[in-house]
Amino acid sequence: MAPDVTAAKPAEGVSVPAGTGRGSLGRFLRWDVLVGMLLVLVFAGGSAGSPGFASIDNLSFALGDLGEIALIALAMTMLVVAAEVDLSVASVLGLSSALVGSLWDAGWAIESIIPLVIVVGAGCGLVNGLLVTRLGLPSLAVTIGTLALYRGLAYVVLGDRAIAEFPQQYVDLAVNDVPGTPVPYPVMLFILLAAVTGVVLHATGFGRSLFAIGAQEEAAQFAGIRVKRIKLTLFVLSGAIAAFAGVVYTLRYGSARADNGVGLELAVIAAVLLGGVDFDGGRGTLGGVIAGVLLIGLLRNLLMLNDVSTEIQSIVTGLLLIISVITPRLVAAVGRRRIPAPASSPPPPES
Amino acid sequence: MFIFPRRLASTAALVGLVSLGLTACGGTTKDSAQQGADPKASAAAPASADPNAPIKEGLKIAFLPKQINNPYETIVDKAGIEAAKEYKGEAKEVGPSDASASSQVSYINTLIQQRQDAILIAANDANAVCGPLKQAMSKGIKIVAYDSDAAKDCRNLFINQADSEEIGRSQVKMLADMIDSKGEIAILSATANATNQNAWIDFMKDELTKPEYKDMKLVKVAYGDDDDQKSFQETQGLLQAYPDLKGIISPTTVGISAAARYISGSKYKGKITLTGLGTPNQMREFVKDGTVQQFALWNPKDLGYLASYSAAALASGQITGAEGEKFTAGKLGEYTIGKDGEVILGAPFVFKADNIDEFDF
Repeated sequence: MAPDVTAAKPAEGVSVPAGTGRGSLGRFLRWDVLVGMLLVLVFAGGSAGSPGFASIDNLSFALGDLGEIALIALAMTMLVVAAEVDLSVASVLGLSSALVGSLWDAGWAIESIIPLVIVVGAGCGLVNGLLVTRLGLPSLAVTIGTLALYRGLAYVVLGDRAIAEFPQQYVDLAVNDVPGTPVPYPVMLFILLAAVTGVVLHATGFGRSLFAIGAQEEAAQFAGIRVKRIKLTLFVLSGAIAAFAGVVYTLRYGSARADNGVGLELAVIAAVLLGGVDFDGGRGTLGGVIAGVLLIGLLRNLLMLNDVSTEIQSIVTGLLLIISVITPRLVAAVGRRRIPAPASSPPPPES
Repeated sequence: MFIFPRRLASTAALVGLVSLGLTACGGTTKDSAQQGADPKASAAAPASADPNAPIKEGLKIAFLPKQINNPYETIVDKAGIEAAKEYKGEAKEVGPSDASASSQVSYINTLIQQRQDAILIAANDANAVCGPLKQAMSKGIKIVAYDSDAAKDCRNLFINQADSEEIGRSQVKMLADMIDSKGEIAILSATANATNQNAWIDFMKDELTKPEYKDMKLVKVAYGDDDDQKSFQETQGLLQAYPDLKGIISPTTVGISAAARYISGSKYKGKITLTGLGTPNQMREFVKDGTVQQFALWNPKDLGYLASYSAAALASGQITGAEGEKFTAGKLGEYTIGKDGEVILGAPFVFKADNIDEFDF
């Protein structure tokens, strides 16, 4: 236990000078804080301008609609912080949905289907992780491959059939709100898992080692962090969560299909990037990601309520993403000019 | 701290397996769930219909196609929106840019929040849209499925563009008219197990047993698998194997356009009569160059028009969706609701050289 914590200390030193926390201006202009403020702005504007937006029904639906994306984003945040990415999550979700459908159709009990597909999802993640860590392949390439592979398997399992009529008590768990609140069950689960992830990422040695790996993998390795094992764990976790999200998705829509969740991985990665996590790794906060998920979801909901066409919705989301990638760099540049950098400031390694 | 000892991992796996085995017996399976299902689906007593109720003014209705920017669906929805102007309603089209099962769900929720009077949907997945549609119905919003049905208890009406019997029989009649009910004919279908096509072909065969077609002989049903290349080759094969062939019916849009392409470039052009189900854009050049005289499909404009009027009739209380109720759909006249809340559009629409340019899909 102890070595982990000490090992992480130099890592902290690596991640800090990379840009955040430079004086009060820098702190105030941190992107994740800005996203949070933008979220409040969208919410306030929506409540004032669009009847029906702030209604409990609508918000509850909008939250429920984000459930799977939010769940997968938790694991994705940790991966991206460690400078890896998993593009196969939506295909794992589809495979999980197809498995749920075909096993249910074959007469299996839902209570055994759910753990089984989560194990299968973890297996998918394990394959990703092994390819990345043992063969040293870039995760972007590996998971583009498995994105196609797992989706293909989903079609092998279920073909182009659609299985419906799942047991009502489980459908209720995926759709209904926790009694007395406007929060759907999957979102409640997300809140709990987000709290755990937040603590792990920002308050434990494990979390610090993720930032260390993302910022400088070699340095982390020399500092005694078991880089490969940690990455493998993250991929397995990502696969398992994606498979669980597949179960939620299937029950929520009441329809198991091999093409469920096509393209969802982009929504997840968009939310993670919008939340201010650096795609090069080593930087980001979970709070930012949660704000990012909510911002994308509520903005889309608001635009739809105002009959804005899908094309414009895509354009708005796209612009927001580009701004989210540019702004922190601009702010960092401005900050550097305003506060004279200490002489020892290392030259930026790239870009 | 996150270095899992091997023992821990295998223990976890064991616990997982055991719990899997335990829950396997006595869990919730498909059979037990079906036993538990209560037959209350039809319990919601429909309000009684008032056939004489006038169509309300200012009804808000929304078309939710499978996908926007799909030329076929655009024609259907535009015609529906035009129809709404006739009865002084406000209609619009909203929808996802991808034809996925789930993306329609967000739109249904939005339409509920906007308090539409009726939602018209071409369902991407009959079940995935069911929950939200039920929610809409519970708030008094009328649901009309068109083009592609939603599950029966999640909508009030389904506007069916294609009655299998009507389509099958009319194809034979159309070909018989063109070849004077004489000679060998063949069918070029999609795949051997395509549900729609097989239903139509059964009705075609039945129609051919009638005395007026005694001089027509069906020599072969070929399958082009809805693949352009394969359909092309199958057409070639048919014409070589049966030199006396007079006509081909291809009840699939892929098949008919591939067959037309082969015939238009072969020595058989003008000697063989091709008809079937096709879309105007695919068939235009072959109608213009004389390869094909006429082919059929339902008229998408009428489909949208009828759907729009049926939604207005529902929202005004003229009908409730029960079998046997009648309503008037503007210029199309009176329609009767059939079994399971289905309204059938009518005979397929025949496209010819003189009307094909009015359609773009």
